[in-house]
Amino acid sequence: MLFSLFEKKVLDCPYCKHQFKEKNSFYICPQCGKYLKMPPRERIRQVVDKDSFQELSGELKSVDFLNFPGYSEKLEKAQEDTGEADAVVCGGAVIGGSPCAVFVMDSRFIMASMGSVVGEKITRVFEYATRHRLPVIGFTASGGARMQEGIISLMQMAKVSAAVQKHASEGNLYISVLTNPTTGGVTASFAMQGDIILAEPGATVGFAGRRVVEQTTRAQLPDNFQSSEFLQEHGFVDKIVSRDELKASLGTILRLHNGVRRQA
Amino acid sequence: MRAYDKLKTVRQSGRPTAAEYIEQLFTDRISLSGDRRFGDDTAIQGGIGFLEGIPVTYIAIEKGKDLNERIQNHFGCPKPEGYRKALRLMKEAEKFHRPVICIVDTQGAYCGAEAEERGQGQAIAENILEMMGLETPTISIVIGEGGSGGALALCTTDYVYMLENACYSVISPEGCASILWKDASKADEAADALQITAQDMKRMGVAETVISEDFKHFKNMCRDIKKQLVGDLQGLMSCSTTKLLSQRYDRFRKYGVYEEGGVVHGALG
Ligand SMILES: [Zn+2]
Repeated sequence: MLFSLFEKKVLDCPYCKHQFKEKNSFYICPQCGKYLKMPPRERIRQVVDKDSFQELSGELKSVDFLNFPGYSEKLEKAQEDTGEADAVVCGGAVIGGSPCAVFVMDSRFIMASMGSVVGEKITRVFEYATRHRLPVIGFTASGGARMQEGIISLMQMAKVSAAVQKHASEGNLYISVLTNPTTGGVTASFAMQGDIILAEPGATVGFAGRRVVEQTTRAQLPDNFQSSEFLQEHGFVDKIVSRDELKASLGTILRLHNGVRRQA
Repeated sequence: MRAYDKLKTVRQSGRPTAAEYIEQLFTDRISLSGDRRFGDDTAIQGGIGFLEGIPVTYIAIEKGKDLNERIQNHFGCPKPEGYRKALRLMKEAEKFHRPVICIVDTQGAYCGAEAEERGQGQAIAENILEMMGLETPTISIVIGEGGSGGALALCTTDYVYMLENACYSVISPEGCASILWKDASKADEAADALQITAQDMKRMGVAETVISEDFKHFKNMCRDIKKQLVGDLQGLMSCSTTKLLSQRYDRFRKYGVYEEGGVVHGALG
């Protein structure tokens, strides 16, 4: 469809219903300032140096190995809606001149829940980075573990953490960037394991969901409960970085870690 | 018994709680408290003692015997300071070359505003990460319910044992049913679909050992658990640190079923 190349893509803000051109918008609504969900490949386009991204493990697909009610249909629909095989895109890249490995989770794909494929791909990207002594930049987003894969989805938290631990123990840098929403098992594992933890403004980040906390405790929660700003206030986020400044910040952090490594 | 019946069985009071296992398994016990950061969460009991002459560190989720204790221990749902206390004791065990034995029985990590404020997710994440590199043998025993991340934070160990009616799940069957079918009363169907029993875990390679329950002869039952623990620890203690850690890495590395290049990878037992 050659025609579509000339078409200007328009985005709809789900918060204020404003319509705006995608180009140079960073998926930030110019009217209300809210951050829209962004396809992972758009994220990669925004943060990595031009033509530097080389995808890894792009072929992996989820299997409904427990014959879980409705899972196959959910997978098919998510694949159709997003054009992606599953909820994370991984690869090698260069940011601001520094080589690194990146993973970007996709909240459009079954809430970026983590099953075997997400766990395997992120594990592999850490193993790749360990082999090549590269930093990892991870953009997290997730509704939690993918319950349609039962206990094996819970085990992905452990699997990825093992790879993060190995990467860290060899003196490599991991920066996690928390995007909206990062919750459940991903928060309770690799989202919170970064040497440096960045977050996008106004993202929801927490372990238990807000509604669950409200229902269980009947507590009045502050409006900013589980926002990036709330987490920074409580000491769990290093810095909140706006989308248009993210590439520059990441580039600087990477350069600040390019120092001489102590020999073993 | 269907999966959900097993779960209901292990949730009932009247079964031995962690404290009773600790009493049977370890001698010369010294209990240890606090996370050295915020406070002491009594939902997590920890200490040092001898297991058949081997000095060990034990860390256990204690639901409480009576209502008072249950309230005191918030029904065995640990708070961030509980997980941080567990990690402190594990690091201490590593320093003094003591194996770590965890006893797990929880619906999940404590759910509340203050737990979120104090970083429940971060506390669990740090435990899992640190346990992967812990340079001492680790074994956990699920004696009742292994509820999601709150259980995983004490189960990323070299071996996992489960009692025959114990369950281990990514989400409670009630939670799963209410998300999927907007109907928590379909928990029995959800439990079947999730596959949460000790036997399922053995088949999928998530647990190595299933322990027969015989609470009428609890002492004998614990004697058998002790025998199993000593045997496994002797194997683990004879490994070099490098081998211990690479075996642990491989234990968790294998989990996952996916398709790549038209081939399905990852066996399920
Ligand atoms: Zn708007």
